[in-house]
Amino acid sequence: MNKLNFLSPDKNNLYAYLYLGISLFSFSILIVFLNSFFNLDLTSFLPGTISYFLPLIVGFIGLHLIRIEYSGIKFLDIINKNINTNKFNALLSLLIIFLIIKSAPPLLSWFIIDANFAGDSKDACSGSGACWAYIKTWFNRFMYGMYPNDEQWRINLSFISLAFLGGIGFFAPEQLKKYLTLYYVVIYPIIAFLFIFFFISGGPIFFDFSYGIIAAVISIVIGFFIPSKFKMYYFLIIPITIYILLKYVFFYEELIELGKIQAFEWVETGAWGGLSLTFIVSFFCLIFCFPVGLFLSLGRRSDLPLIKYISIGFIEFWRGVPLITVLFMSSVMFPMFLPEDMFIDKLVRVIIAISLFEAAYVAEVIRGGLQALPRGQYDAAKSLGMGYWKMHILVILPQALKLVIPGIANTFLALVKDTPLIFVVGLLEIVGMLNLAKTNPEWLGYAMEGYVFASIVFFIICYAMSKYSYNLEQKYKTER
Amino acid sequence: MNFKKILPQLLTLAVVILVFGFFSYNAQVNMENRGLEFGFGFLTYEASFDIQFSLIEYDGSHSYFRAYLVGLLNTILVSVIGIIFATILGVTVGIARLSRNYLIERTAAVYVEFFRNIPLLLQIFFWYFAALRALPLPEKAEPMFGVFFLTIKGFFIPAFVWNNLDIFIYSVIAAIIAIFFVRLYARKKQENQGIQTPVLLISIGLLIILPLLSFLLGGVDASIEIPVIEQLSQTSFTYKGGLKLPPELIALALALSLYTATFIAENVRAGVQGVSKGQKEAAASIGLTPNQVLKLVVMPQALRIIIPPTTNQYLNLTKNSSLAAAIAYPDLVLVFAGTALMQTGSAIEIVSITMLTYLTLSITISIFMNWYNKKIAIKEK
Repeated sequence: MNKLNFLSPDKNNLYAYLYLGISLFSFSILIVFLNSFFNLDLTSFLPGTISYFLPLIVGFIGLHLIRIEYSGIKFLDIINKNINTNKFNALLSLLIIFLIIKSAPPLLSWFIIDANFAGDSKDACSGSGACWAYIKTWFNRFMYGMYPNDEQWRINLSFISLAFLGGIGFFAPEQLKKYLTLYYVVIYPIIAFLFIFFFISGGPIFFDFSYGIIAAVISIVIGFFIPSKFKMYYFLIIPITIYILLKYVFFYEELIELGKIQAFEWVETGAWGGLSLTFIVSFFCLIFCFPVGLFLSLGRRSDLPLIKYISIGFIEFWRGVPLITVLFMSSVMFPMFLPEDMFIDKLVRVIIAISLFEAAYVAEVIRGGLQALPRGQYDAAKSLGMGYWKMHILVILPQALKLVIPGIANTFLALVKDTPLIFVVGLLEIVGMLNLAKTNPEWLGYAMEGYVFASIVFFIICYAMSKYSYNLEQKYKTER
Repeated sequence: MNFKKILPQLLTLAVVILVFGFFSYNAQVNMENRGLEFGFGFLTYEASFDIQFSLIEYDGSHSYFRAYLVGLLNTILVSVIGIIFATILGVTVGIARLSRNYLIERTAAVYVEFFRNIPLLLQIFFWYFAALRALPLPEKAEPMFGVFFLTIKGFFIPAFVWNNLDIFIYSVIAAIIAIFFVRLYARKKQENQGIQTPVLLISIGLLIILPLLSFLLGGVDASIEIPVIEQLSQTSFTYKGGLKLPPELIALALALSLYTATFIAENVRAGVQGVSKGQKEAAASIGLTPNQVLKLVVMPQALRIIIPPTTNQYLNLTKNSSLAAAIAYPDLVLVFAGTALMQTGSAIEIVSITMLTYLTLSITISIFMNWYNKKIAIKEK
């Protein structure tokens, strides 16, 4: 048997080092575990400081003893390679392990063991843990804001239908796939708007917008029979003409009365709130900011100096100011810019403000993608005789947008995370509702539970979005 | 120039002019109707409101312009604190993300994923309303190291009391200038003779020795003022002396740095991973030590990738500091676009000034960073 040299363990006495090291390491973990879960102090007979650092010292020696390269034991090699490469790493690994063990019991007891789940008033919460009864009682408010309780099925119905309609793309048969872009960019947003206007808001059946939709549908149907040579001029002129005809000639007198019929009780936007408002705001801002950003990025790279500088000025302005001042502007300054009899709803103003703000960021992201494309792509497209729009739609944008999926996803994530800021104009989504609930005299002192709840909700939403964008990125990755 | 090029430009210009004209016409009409006058005269009026926390002397009798300066300085203060801590934390976490130690890498990853996916406003609220509210009252606070008091009313730390501060500051400035020249000299030497000079050691030495000399020779007298508890009334206590950091500032700086650090960490990781393996191998094969490889080959290249997005994060942090308004930290938005606007009613002027201030801050930082970027960019021949 070779001599044991404890300062530099080697392969010759592998098992001696192994047993000693593992037992020391396990012992150190056992000390911390018992101390943290059962409040037992195995080393209380030692002086204070030594007893405090003992697990660290013992574990460190243990890890040092098992740090044997190429031992031939698979498990040991994995440990050594991953948490025990050198002294510094061993120390950090130990600290992290101890920290996890130490913080587990208080977290567990706060979240589950000592927490109160039952009950619907403050008296139910007597334990030292979290008061989940608070979340339970306020759940409806956190989800729907001040929306009347009896009418909340309208929100649920709209969201479920919209989720279903949005998911249609996954099940579409192969031959319809080419229409999906049109569906998602034009039709789906209109459907979503109608759902929100009719169901959630309870608006009248006929209003300006519905004339527009009828006009659009009619002109699209007729448009199929127009030769493609005239299609552009047709779509420039006809829909507006039909709209004007519908509104002022055909339906004017009769439908004024019909237009006042409401299927549901009107709920003004000030009463909307909670998580559903977060979804509504994020959804519309996502839809609006993308095309605006796309045009801005094209404008910024345009050859036409005037368009270029206007785009640059616009983008840099929005990127230079914080969102909160933009919202301030939309709430206190913007009404000054409108005629006195013109009133734009708070929610609409906020959606426009956030969309323009995020559009500037989207524009910069897309510009990155446009710049990353080699010049040859532009030249090749031009040499085929393509014009500006044809070149961009068929050649440049499909490639550029593919490149910037992660960037756009990040901007969209930032948008979702920015929605709580609408508290500035008095709209209360989930974080705003939390702050309101926190000040309720019946439920003082449960701020922590509320924020933890909202954090989990947002984390799930944002994490899912980022994972989805990662999948998209992988799916559309093409070798260049 | 043909028709096809001029028409879209003219159309765009017409739309822009129409929109602006519409807005300004309405603004004029509205202001006339409400009896308001456009102008910046209100800046000299007496503000007559108090600000909780201010770096310069201020009370209600000062002008609105002074209130604006107070807000601006508070914004800059919290941004600078946030940037410093976010950088330290971000770089640490970014390096941890690159660690071969599984536990360290995972811990860093969990931190990044968790904090970047929660809205900043929620985090600020969490620290301010939930975490800092759990701190003890001043009379029950346990001192840390005997001199720091972390209480629900704020963080009380000892302050330096200086006599003859000028010489000390001059010595620090002199040290910085000297360091600049040392670096210049070291670079010249490196380029001409290929000999390395320990710049970092010399810099630290200079930074310590020169102020120390001024301390010993210049008659600088510094004493430390330790906060002492004081009874205001029957049940109300506070600390006197020393420096008080209000809880709003702490919560804001904490949330800003924890949030921004996750983005900086990802930048650092991407930057170091972006340096190709061949570079390291090439450097090692010409006989550079691992330290030299890191210092002379990897870091200069990684920094080129890291700096532009990190600058963006600094800008974001500065802009995000405006969320201060939500927890009543008296920053530019709260003081000026909040209180001052409510009092004067000059919405257009005040919102424009606030936005212009942020625009100037952003554009200044981005111009500086563009210059820096150009300076360190690879000069290809």
